[in-house]
Amino acid sequence: MSAPPGLTLRGALRAGGRALTPPLEIAFPAGAWSCLLGPSGAGKSTLLRVIAGLDDQPGQARIAASDGAPAAPRAALMAQEAALLPWLDLRGNVELGPRLRGVPPPPGRADSLLAAVGMAGMARRRPRGLSGGQRQRVALARLLMEERPIALLDEPFSALDAGLRARMQELAARLLAGRTVIMVTHDAAEAARMADRIILLGAEGARTLAPPPGRPPRPLDDPGALRAQAALLRAMRAMAA
Amino acid sequence: MRAGLARALPACAGLGLWEAAARLGAAPPYILPAPSRVAQTAWRARALLAEHAAATAAEILAGLAIGAALGIGAALAMAASRPLERALRPALTVSQALPVFALAPMLTLWMGYGMAPKIAMAVLIIFFPVASAFHDGLRGADPAWIELARNLGARPGAILLRIRAPAAAPHLAAGLRIAATTAPIGAVVGEWVGSGRGLGYLMLLANGRAQTDLMFAALAVLAALALALRAGVEAACAAALARLGFAPGETTGD
Repeated sequence: MSAPPGLTLRGALRAGGRALTPPLEIAFPAGAWSCLLGPSGAGKSTLLRVIAGLDDQPGQARIAASDGAPAAPRAALMAQEAALLPWLDLRGNVELGPRLRGVPPPPGRADSLLAAVGMAGMARRRPRGLSGGQRQRVALARLLMEERPIALLDEPFSALDAGLRARMQELAARLLAGRTVIMVTHDAAEAARMADRIILLGAEGARTLAPPPGRPPRPLDDPGALRAQAALLRAMRAMAA
Repeated sequence: MRAGLARALPACAGLGLWEAAARLGAAPPYILPAPSRVAQTAWRARALLAEHAAATAAEILAGLAIGAALGIGAALAMAASRPLERALRPALTVSQALPVFALAPMLTLWMGYGMAPKIAMAVLIIFFPVASAFHDGLRGADPAWIELARNLGARPGAILLRIRAPAAAPHLAAGLRIAATTAPIGAVVGEWVGSGRGLGYLMLLANGRAQTDLMFAALAVLAALALALRAGVEAACAAALARLGFAPGETTGD
């Protein structure tokens, strides 16, 4: 995997030809975990799609990588819905990228990634009947298969119950360490726990908030993280008004 | 078992009434032969019925295979390219709007009295439901899958064949089930217009000779053939969908 670049977004985020935000300039530091929060419809998912190269409508905000190379081919996307293909077994789903590109997947890699996300021995199972947490584990393994230095996470754990979410956060933090990660979340606790940098996005623009002290993932009872969570909630509450 | 019995009951009652009406002389045998007489005739003429049933079955199966292949090909072509879709869409609409029966004399004129025009009729009838259902499925694949594939660096061709096509399998199965139900119509109409073989031909022949019992026997064999075809296609589709990992009755997957 190549060295993770820092990313800078410039311009107004647009959806359906309409500007969602004023012109922005947001920096996402290289190799750090940035959390993006804000009200629904503020353009958080659009921002991820712009970085992934999936949204290039006229006038759309542009993304620049610190090393000058295009960002989109180096960015892997993971969404709230795991989007596993029911006709492939879990190994096939993890190997989806190489299969779609017509290149042979590295032998054994899918199975070792499945083991790394806690799904050892389930390579030949079909996605049908998996729990939400298991599906997101497979989606995480599929993302890791790509060995891309930028990971874009769109509320990946928001459909999971609180306990499972905490475990998945720790797993993702460990496996994605060293990458430039941008995670959209509605959960102030998740941001306070995971973020090296917190960005609030709203109709009036973007605001960067100081992250709590300590390295993520911070312990669940970390006083700094809990204080940051409260401050973040206050800021989000003010935006909603 | 009980459910099967309950379903067979109305049919048995109908047959009983029919038998009674025929025996009581409600209508002469050349208008309404008793079921028992039809059964006797069918048994006596079993070799004849089997020969003509085989011809009709061959026409239907060939029509189903060719029509389904053409329908699948047309749907893939339309999903692959906008210009092709614009070009093929009217042909698809015409193939559905045209009363295929009106084409039968012309097809016979062009293709002769053999199997070819009957197969062509079946193909025309089967093509539309298969092409249209499969095309709907190809276009309706979950956008999350398509975005994922694009993010993974898949080319449009790979997205069509490895994401959209399998995702559209439940729609294709629905189209094939409709096709299997309507396919016998095409073959039989083709046989009526001009033929020396097939159950449709046999029915016309028996009708002309006032062999009403043989006509009913041929009709019963045709009905059995159509039901068997439908059951076969249903079972094959259900098995294929289960293999693809779709839950029964599911149309969208995930």
